[in-house]
Amino acid sequence: MKKFYYLKSNKKNLKIFILLGFILIFTSILDVILKSSLGINLTSFLPNTINFLFPLIIGSIGFYFLRFEYTGIKNLDLLNKNINTNDFNAILTLLIIFVLIITVPPSLNWLIFEATISGETKESCTGEGACWTFIKIWFRRIIYGMYPDEHHWRINISFIALIVLAFVGYFTGNKLRKYLPLYYIIIYPIIAFLFIYYLISGGSFGLVWIDTGSWGGLSLTFIVAFFCLIFCFPIGMILALARRSDLPTTRYISISFIEFWRGVPLITVLFMASVMFPMFLPDDLFIDKLIRVIIAISLFEAAYVAEVIRGGLQALPRGQYDAAKSLGMGYWKMHIFVILPQALKFVIPGIANTFLALVKDTPLIFVVGLADFVGMITMAKANPNWLGFVMEGYIFAAIIFWIICYAMSNYSQKLELKYKTDK
Amino acid sequence: MLDSIIKIEKVNKWFGDFQVLKEIDLDVKPKEKIVVCGPSGSGKSTLIRCINRLEEHQQGKIIVDGTEMSENTKNIEQVRAEVGMVFQQFNLFPHLSVLDNCTLAPIWVKKMTKKNAEELALKHLEKVQILDQAQKFPGQLSGGQQQRVAIARALCMEPKIMLFDEPTSALDPEMIKEVLDVMVNLAKEGMTMIVVTHEMGFAKEVADSMIFMDEGKIVEKADTKEFFANPKSDRTKLFLSQIL
Repeated sequence: MKKFYYLKSNKKNLKIFILLGFILIFTSILDVILKSSLGINLTSFLPNTINFLFPLIIGSIGFYFLRFEYTGIKNLDLLNKNINTNDFNAILTLLIIFVLIITVPPSLNWLIFEATISGETKESCTGEGACWTFIKIWFRRIIYGMYPDEHHWRINISFIALIVLAFVGYFTGNKLRKYLPLYYIIIYPIIAFLFIYYLISGGSFGLVWIDTGSWGGLSLTFIVAFFCLIFCFPIGMILALARRSDLPTTRYISISFIEFWRGVPLITVLFMASVMFPMFLPDDLFIDKLIRVIIAISLFEAAYVAEVIRGGLQALPRGQYDAAKSLGMGYWKMHIFVILPQALKFVIPGIANTFLALVKDTPLIFVVGLADFVGMITMAKANPNWLGFVMEGYIFAAIIFWIICYAMSNYSQKLELKYKTDK
Repeated sequence: MLDSIIKIEKVNKWFGDFQVLKEIDLDVKPKEKIVVCGPSGSGKSTLIRCINRLEEHQQGKIIVDGTEMSENTKNIEQVRAEVGMVFQQFNLFPHLSVLDNCTLAPIWVKKMTKKNAEELALKHLEKVQILDQAQKFPGQLSGGQQQRVAIARALCMEPKIMLFDEPTSALDPEMIKEVLDVMVNLAKEGMTMIVVTHEMGFAKEVADSMIFMDEGKIVEKADTKEFFANPKSDRTKLFLSQIL
């Protein structure tokens, strides 16, 4: 290596080295672009291996030339400090750039530039790209399931009303603020249930009864996820407290409950709820399948939530219990005002994790015949007129789920910041 | 002669096989100030934690203000509300502001209105000279300030007895004095106090009597002057010679 030492950049020939470095890096990137998108191979005269590795070799030499300890040029110093610290990092950087160059343009082409969205049938999709016509034509089904078209306004109004009601907290005056937890924990779910029961389900006030069997699509995903989230949290909290109780009976009931639900796969739980459970019920007692499934998922997730919350409870120092007790607080006051607020704050990331998993688990209800968002796409792609659009369907589903989950994740991070009181 | 406010008779307590308290007898009269000292592991903290039943004793009797502390005590919370306690690690509630720390128990345990509770809290916060920090969170305060808030929080329940479990042991030396000053003032107001501490200067200033504990037993109980001037047992003499 020593005899190449004169190739090491130094202050004297700074400008030449910078120029040389950038030219080499630029050449390497250009070579990859030409190869990947235009199919021109400038270095085809070289032996195969070198030809393949050519951009990497040239690029890393370029980065090597650019590596100065300190130049006074702000951007170059930033580059050297963060990316170009040694050969390994330089090569990694190049590889990432090359992978992006090779993969991003074709994906964008497929997703957007060569995609089709016009037309009404499969035949209008002639381009190379994605056929968003598929999604467009099936859009109503994907959102509303088999719910009759002329009644979609009922779902729309319910959801808009519930979204508006969810933001009540932002407009409450200080006087009513203390009732907000009560509103969100008890009143809001009841309102939501009433909306869904009277407006979406119908059967009274002159509205046609629409069986839950024909509900579906994204709206069903929301309904299932919403109620499961609302139910599993308080159940999980009570299970967590019970598992730490001094009373052996309470403790063992909680432990066996949690271990039972954690030990079985969700898919079996769903089958049991939809197929086996009705067999044990008397003939005249009928519980709707959707309700059974929601209860099953809630209990299933409650076991996970319970363990997450228990982790938070265990993280609290014993002194907090001592202090609350010494002030004369009983079990419930101590937990409501001192223990749970702190424990729940600790476990916001864990709860968010469980909730995200729950939302993404909801498509499983398709196996028991409830066609949620993903279920509707699965049905649409199996339609004889629309065969062969699996990719479009599932990519669309992925994008929508990503948006929902990213929003939840963001919200949980906001909550974490909001309740941060130490320093 | 006044009746005892705390009466401890032949109390024994074990942690597993290890006996932490052995045949403890103790009477505390109203307004009496008792300082408990002794080497670590001698059962001082356990003893005062038994008084408000943060620890359970297995044998003997503890009677606090006419109520015997036992498993069957239904109104254990009521007794605890009358016995304030200050801990070595402060144990403030970190999710609540200083003011809320002080008003929480008065509002929910004593059923005071929020307004009254806040007035009371501000009064006591002023007494411990920390009024200007009322809206801050415990994490933003120094150790000495936190301990003073903890004293104010206990006082807000207007207790008849105050228990101090090594209140200055977790503090930097320069903060010890501000906490001790508050405790001295409290003693002057006539509060019944049991203090576990190694601060012998404080003990000489306020204590009516001293208790020296070792290996779970009360080795010596004497008037403060007597205790420091001529300790009877050799163990006490040795301890005092090391600590003074």
